[in-house]
Amino acid sequence: MNSHAVVCKQISKSFGSGEDEVKVLRGIDLEVPLGEMTFLVGPSGCGKTTLLSVIAGLLNPSQGDLHVLGTPLHAIKGAKAVEFRRINLGFVFQQFNLLPSLTAAENAAVPLLAANWNRKKAVEKAKTLLDDLGLGSRANAYPNQLSGGQQQRVAFARALIHDPKLIVCDEPTSALDEHTGHHVMELLRKIAVRPERAVLVVTHDNRIFNFADRIAHMNDGHVTHIETNGGSH
Amino acid sequence: MKFIAWQMLTGDKAKYLGLIFAIAFSTFLMSHQVSIFCGLMNRTASQIDDVADANIWVMDAKTQYLDEVKALTDQDLYRIRGVQGVDWAVPLFKGTSRAKGPDGKFRGVILMGLDDSTLVGIPRRIVLGKIEDLREPETIAVDQVGYKFFFPDQPVTLGRTLDLNDHTVKIVAVVDSNAPFVNLPVFYTKYSQAISFVGRERNQMSFVLAKATQGTSESELNQRIAKTTGLKALTGNEFGWETIWYYIQNTGIPINFGITVVIALVVGTVVAGQTFYLFTIENLKQFGALKAIGVSDLRIVGMILMQALIVGAIGYGIGISMTAAFFEATKNNLDLRGFQLLPQVMTGTAAAVFMIVFLASAVSVRRVIVLEPAVVFRG
Repeated sequence: MNSHAVVCKQISKSFGSGEDEVKVLRGIDLEVPLGEMTFLVGPSGCGKTTLLSVIAGLLNPSQGDLHVLGTPLHAIKGAKAVEFRRINLGFVFQQFNLLPSLTAAENAAVPLLAANWNRKKAVEKAKTLLDDLGLGSRANAYPNQLSGGQQQRVAFARALIHDPKLIVCDEPTSALDEHTGHHVMELLRKIAVRPERAVLVVTHDNRIFNFADRIAHMNDGHVTHIETNGGSH
Repeated sequence: MKFIAWQMLTGDKAKYLGLIFAIAFSTFLMSHQVSIFCGLMNRTASQIDDVADANIWVMDAKTQYLDEVKALTDQDLYRIRGVQGVDWAVPLFKGTSRAKGPDGKFRGVILMGLDDSTLVGIPRRIVLGKIEDLREPETIAVDQVGYKFFFPDQPVTLGRTLDLNDHTVKIVAVVDSNAPFVNLPVFYTKYSQAISFVGRERNQMSFVLAKATQGTSESELNQRIAKTTGLKALTGNEFGWETIWYYIQNTGIPINFGITVVIALVVGTVVAGQTFYLFTIENLKQFGALKAIGVSDLRIVGMILMQALIVGAIGYGIGISMTAAFFEATKNNLDLRGFQLLPQVMTGTAAAVFMIVFLASAVSVRRVIVLEPAVVFRG
């Protein structure tokens, strides 16, 4: 069995063309193992969010090979890529991006609704998951009735509800205070990290680096070095 | 996803209600104005519609519409009667006069002179009295509007008198005639009496009403009458439409109503389109998140179209109900009789509303289709 959720080989990504071409990723080599929480860190503009978008199948790489969960993602496009994301990926966004007119449970159930689940069953499953995340009593609250930490927990539930093999998180603590950020990362680590799943987090919040099993440092479109909890290489 | 689309739509109450109001307003304005226009145009041919006994109208060859006629001669009537296939033909006078009520109030009236012996041309709907009583001298039948004008707030009874061009005439029947274009009272009397009421001219016969013998085609007979007499012969339906088209082509009425309808269409499209677009723009991050999560473009387009169709259907329902309520509330007003919400107007308005919501949603659909899901990762 493949032990890596993501394998990037010489991934490049440019925007624009000719004189206006901007090279954001410049030959990235990266492996994201299953069963671990991997952080992508680096200064603003180093390309970490672009790399996350490429790995999540939201952007196509300009060059290079990208295998996600054994699938050559660089080679699939359109409906197949959409279906791949729907089945295999869970997303946590910086601004949560919850639908304001849906309750917490309904928001968490969105991936199941996208997979044509019965609404009642989907919401029931979401309520169970929110209960596990300590939000059972707020399942019927709307996002504007929840604190930032609570909204992020709903976003975690949305990312986990369909049991994806790869969870991608973009700056999950940047909209939260230190205490809440610490708490949600503890929760994410506890509930998301599984042997058959990888969690990839983009962050520049060094207060949460200790939650990572592996940290890929980026600068100017390159992965400069990778730290593991056992050391750097 | 239908549930999510519905929740997104109704979640922002102000925009949701704004969209519905814009479409309801457009629907009301379009259906109301087109109904009034159709009613008005139908009124131009109302005296033609009132004649139920004969279906062939013969007139001077150059006649363009009902209200502008060149009188025929008695000889024309005899020649028409001699055309093969004509079962019978009778004269009809249509003119105007002035009537004065017991309190001195006067008003111009449309005077219809019916064939003395057959009284062909009287409306079928008799409110009170007997048409046969018109055979008595100095008698008239009046329509309800005329009666209400000359005897306001009084019960409808027979035997009251009016002054008609210095003739004292007795009301022997009240009829329910279609509203004429100018909304004047319509009086019916014998042909010979109508001539005496308005004063003699050399020729007075406005039209000849004829009926085809059994088995004779009306269109063939009309051609034969035209060929034999040099006059113009039309069925009531053809003459009605010719009159309506005359008003459409020669008056500013369609332009005025058309402008209102176009304004309703444009305002509805712009307001609904703008509101819908703003609604989409404000939800762009959410649509981006849905795309990232794995909702296909096709399903998102379906969600937007569903939202547009919902507001279109609700707005149309409210607007068309308002129009229907208006005509229901005014149906007993005699001055507004003949104005109604026609099924064709409902269908046409529904098509216009569909176009509005289609245009309103098209811009939003395009915006969402070109949206890159990666936008959700840009703070």
